[in-house]
Amino acid sequence: MRAWLYLIAAAVAGAIVTTPALIVLILLGGSFDDALVAGLATLMIAAGIAVVSMRDIIRCGLAMIVCFLSLAGLYVSLGAPMVAAAQVIVYIGAISVLILFAIMLTQEKVGSARLTFQTQAAPAAIAAIVIAVLVSVAAFGTSWGEVSEHIRSATVYVAHALFQNYVLVLEAVGVLLLAAVIGGVFLAKREKGA
Amino acid sequence: MGLANDLNFYLTLSGMLFAIGTFGFLARRNAISMLMSIELMLNAVNLAIVAFGAFIPSLQLDGAIIALMVMAVAAAEATVGLAIVIAIFRNRKTPLVDEYDAMRR
Repeated sequence: MRAWLYLIAAAVAGAIVTTPALIVLILLGGSFDDALVAGLATLMIAAGIAVVSMRDIIRCGLAMIVCFLSLAGLYVSLGAPMVAAAQVIVYIGAISVLILFAIMLTQEKVGSARLTFQTQAAPAAIAAIVIAVLVSVAAFGTSWGEVSEHIRSATVYVAHALFQNYVLVLEAVGVLLLAAVIGGVFLAKREKGA
Repeated sequence: MGLANDLNFYLTLSGMLFAIGTFGFLARRNAISMLMSIELMLNAVNLAIVAFGAFIPSLQLDGAIIALMVMAVAAAEATVGLAIVIAIFRNRKTPLVDEYDAMRR
């Protein structure tokens, strides 16, 4: 019985994701690229809403992985394969796993049945909607100068820029990451006798 | 129309994801949920940066490199943030931020 419910839920989720893609492809006469981008964007927004609204925090973490994966797909369609690969390795491979481990370490047994949101959830929702509207109004209202068709940045050029013009930044970020990891180990380590 | 070739579409998408992250940060009670919302916001900004890099020729390579740097800094932030949450959890035995009221009493 439960398995059927899960199947129906999966079918509904798939329909929600594929419907905008099909609308773009058939009704609005977009290309296959447009349909792909529309589907990925819908998946990303739906997974993002699931991250902030679901009650079970483990499921929030898994929805966050879906959100990051569709974002990597958007990076590929934007012509930045290097950033997409780094997204999969860093966010899905490292940060999500770290967050899932932290969830397992910090959940209390009875905590999940209690309230998910603060009392300020309604003002927070209003503020979020205002931010989204403001950003899109600003984006559509600004002229961005010479906007071209998609540029695809080949990985070899990214590598040249990274290791020639930006090598100081790269080293600085490496030192920052090392310091953060050492600091994290220091903060999370158990005190003696505690 | 060309949805895939529209800079404003990607910027709007990024603004929506940022708004979702803002809502989660302001409204959730669990400290780890708040950290996840911060990750969503960082990803939204990254999407905007990559979109600018893809559509504006003078930013072509800078976009990808800034996005990579943001990812590294986000990894550092997640490490320290989760370590702080675990350290607080060890003392207070709860992940809910509205019960961290030691400095208000």
